Amino acid sequence: MGSRRYDSRTTIFSPEGRLYQVEYALEAISHAGTSIGVLSNEGIVLAAEKKVTSKLLEKDSSEKMYVLNDQCVTAVAGLNSDAGILVNTARVYAQQYLARYNEPVPIEVLVHRLCDIKQGYTQYGGLRPFGVSFIYAGYDDRYGFQLYTSNPSGNYSGWKATSVGANNSAAQTLLKQDYKEDISLKEAKELVLKVLSKTMDSTTLTKGKIELATVSKKNGKIVTKIWKPSEIDALLKETGIVKEENEENEEIN
Amino acid sequence: MDIILGIKLNDSVLIATSKAVTRGISVLKASDDKTRNLGDHSAMAFTGESGDTVQFAEYVQANLKLFSVRQNYELSPKAMASFVRKELATSIRSRKPFQVNVLIGGCDINKETPETSLYWIDYLGTNVELPYAAHGYAAFYALSLLDRHYKPDLNEEEGIKLLQLCNKELSTRMPIDFKGLRVKVINSQGVKEYDDLTAL
Repeated sequence: MGSRRYDSRTTIFSPEGRLYQVEYALEAISHAGTSIGVLSNEGIVLAAEKKVTSKLLEKDSSEKMYVLNDQCVTAVAGLNSDAGILVNTARVYAQQYLARYNEPVPIEVLVHRLCDIKQGYTQYGGLRPFGVSFIYAGYDDRYGFQLYTSNPSGNYSGWKATSVGANNSAAQTLLKQDYKEDISLKEAKELVLKVLSKTMDSTTLTKGKIELATVSKKNGKIVTKIWKPSEIDALLKETGIVKEENEENEEIN
Repeated sequence: MDIILGIKLNDSVLIATSKAVTRGISVLKASDDKTRNLGDHSAMAFTGESGDTVQFAEYVQANLKLFSVRQNYELSPKAMASFVRKELATSIRSRKPFQVNVLIGGCDINKETPETSLYWIDYLGTNVELPYAAHGYAAFYALSLLDRHYKPDLNEEEGIKLLQLCNKELSTRMPIDFKGLRVKVINSQGVKEYDDLTAL
C-alpha cells in the first residue's frame, strides 16, 4: 500500500489524491453500531444499535441520541467522545441563533455549521478529524420535517431514509426496498425496527440493545423525544418484533 | 424632524418616509430615501443622527444579505427585527452608540399563509410588533389619526387613503416642509416603491 508516507498526516493529499486520515475516520465509523433514520410526513424516527459490552453495564443510559434543541435530535455513529464535543457546539450554536434571531435555527443552517467545523479538521494541521457521522432529524418552517447525515469529511446530504455505521449498505438496501412515499410515523417506527433487527450482529432485538428517538407534531407543536427503555419495550411488543430478553433471564439464574 | 410611518394592512405593509434632508436651518435635499430593503420581502425605514442612520441601515442590510447568500435562505421579518434589536442593544452598551430608530415591515413567505408584520425598534433596543407605528414628531400628529381610522382588514387602497390623511395633517402641522412622502408597499410579491404618495 502506498499510503504509508501520507497516512499519518491529516492535511495532505496522497499522490493519488486521497486524504487517508479522513478515510480512516470513515472506516472507524463503519465499525460503529448502526444508526437509522426514516422520514415521514408526520415526523421522523431515529434508531440506533447499542453495542452492549457487558451485562454489568448500566444499560438504561442513552449514549447515541442527543437533543440539540426543541426541534432537532441527532443520532451518532462513531466515537462517542468526539460526538460530545460537536453536540455541545451544536447546542450552543442553536441557542445563540435563537437569542439573536428570536426563532429556532433552521435545520440545514445548523447542519451546515457543524459540517464547517468538521471540514476544518480535514484541512488544518496537527489534529485528527472528528470520528463521527451524525443523522439529524428536525423540523423547521421552511422545509418541514427533514433528515440529514454528515460525515467526518464535512459533507452533508438530505434523505428520506438513511443509515450510518456498521452494515449501513445492507440497511440502505432494505430501506430502499421497503420505503414508501406516504409512510406514516407508525409504519416508519416499524420499518426502522425491522431494518435494525436484520442488520444487527445479535439476532435478538431487545430494549437494552437499541435506542430510539422521534421528532413529531402534537397539537401543532413540535415534540422531540428520546425513548425510555420501558417505552421501547412496549413498542417492540406492540410491533411483534420482541424476542426473549435473554440477559435478564441469565441474571435471574 | 424626519417622518417615518408604517401601517400593517390585511395582506401588505406600508412604509412612508419624508424626502427632505435638513441640517440646521437648511433643506439640503428633497429626494432622500430613508429606507433600505433587507430582503426580497422586507424593508426598513430609519431616522436619527444623520450619518449613523445610513451607516447602520447598510450594515444591517449587508449582514442580512450575507446570511441569505451563505445559507440560501432568507430570514423572516421577525428574525430580522430581532437581529436589528440585538445590534442596537449591543450598540447602546458601547462607547459610541448608534442613534437610530427604525421601522421594519415585511412579509413572511415561509409561513403556510404569508404573514405580514411591522416592527417598531428604537435606539435603546426596544422591539415591538405593532399594527401601525411612527417615530419622532410625526408620531404626535399621525398616531391620533391612525387610532381613529385604523382597521386590521384594510386593503392596500384604503391604507394609501389613510396615509394621505396622515400626510395632510403632517403638512398642516409640521413647522417645516418635509418634501412629501416616499412609499414602500411590501407584500408576498415583494417590495414596490413609489416616489411620492401624491402620485398614488
